Amino acid sequence: MPIDVEIVSPEKRLLSRAVEMVVMPGSEGDLAAMQDHAPTIVLLRGGVVSLYDTQNVTGPADERFFVAGGFAEITGSRCTILADSATPVAELSRAEGETRLRDAETAYDDADKSDVPALEPLLERIQSARAQIETAEAN
Amino acid sequence: MPSLKDLKARITSVKSTRKITSAMKMVAAAKLRRAQTRAEAARPYAEAMQRMLAELACNMADRDGAPKLLAGNGKDRTHLIVSVTSDRGLAGGFNSNIGRATRRLIQRLQGEGKTVRLLPVGRKGADFLQREFRGDIVDRIPGSAGKDVAFAAVQELADRITAMVERDEVDVVTLVFNRFNNVMSQTPTELQLVPLALPSNDNEKGDSDASYEFEPDEETILARLLPRNLAIQLYRAMLESAAGEQGARMTAMDSATRNAGKAIDRLTQTYNRTRQANITKELIEIISGAEAV
Repeated sequence: MPIDVEIVSPEKRLLSRAVEMVVMPGSEGDLAAMQDHAPTIVLLRGGVVSLYDTQNVTGPADERFFVAGGFAEITGSRCTILADSATPVAELSRAEGETRLRDAETAYDDADKSDVPALEPLLERIQSARAQIETAEAN
Repeated sequence: MPSLKDLKARITSVKSTRKITSAMKMVAAAKLRRAQTRAEAARPYAEAMQRMLAELACNMADRDGAPKLLAGNGKDRTHLIVSVTSDRGLAGGFNSNIGRATRRLIQRLQGEGKTVRLLPVGRKGADFLQREFRGDIVDRIPGSAGKDVAFAAVQELADRITAMVERDEVDVVTLVFNRFNNVMSQTPTELQLVPLALPSNDNEKGDSDASYEFEPDEETILARLLPRNLAIQLYRAMLESAAGEQGARMTAMDSATRNAGKAIDRLTQTYNRTRQANITKELIEIISGAEAV
């Protein structure tokens, strides 16, 4: 019972194939999509998208991508992940994550703290950069 | 009548011009292929985004307090025109078409008593608009200079436009760019970015009728999706424009090469005639000299 997964970044399509289950980092917590999932549109935070090719979905993931945030559209037969940027976890760079974290923290420090709605994207940038460092480290 | 030496020099010079134009044609052809590949690679994302946006927007449209990027701020006073041109010339009518289309749009809007502000992308368009509408230019954005269009740079521009809309500095944002039809033809196109002109998706409605769930909620997702969509629209336009530029240059350089070839043929013929005439003249001189003896 496979589900078609597509991971696309603005610049290209990174992956398009059928898998058993895909787990993605939703802004409210991780969620998994399998076939016949209810149609959902999800906001993503920075984190890892894991693909499981076989019925054995409790074991280690078959393929993992780091996404820096984005959106996902899930329907019963298809899951499209619109990533701001996506990298296979094996190629993830810790140094790049640290640069991103520094930039994000500087942007946050410079921001006007009274403008709360504007701070949210900045906090998300920090979270996404931290997630990148953690993922790269655990690798 | 030009001397043989002059003719020879001109033939040599036209020949080296032809060499240059044909090399430029070759380069443009290679870059065109690359630009087209990139434009195609960007399509899946844009299409998926469009789908999600249509889904969200029809849920939100009848509600009050829709985001400014979607519905505008209700006014129609200040128009921002973003016109996309190339950094380099020698591409036939590619840039002047955009220039003309932009000027027409500006004059129409100013005729209606609206304020126009300009944000030209690419050096050629900026130079063109600066002559006539210097005071209206907000800033000049550098183009891609014939290299690949970088999404990060486009994102920056999109953030800037978003900020202008949020601060109510502009009410309507229109993009003017060359749509890539094929190698031979590019059409200057106006695309309204804010308020968003949504494609009518009546025919698609059928299968998306299964109503979506949203996580966290519609407002939050829409608020994040709209700026992203703006960036994607800009990115797409710039990719098309980049491909169009190479296409236009290829066509222009192809005809330049052909014209140079024709000029060379003509000059060579004149050269040969002149040479023949000189020989005849010399012969006549010798013969009449011999007869005189």
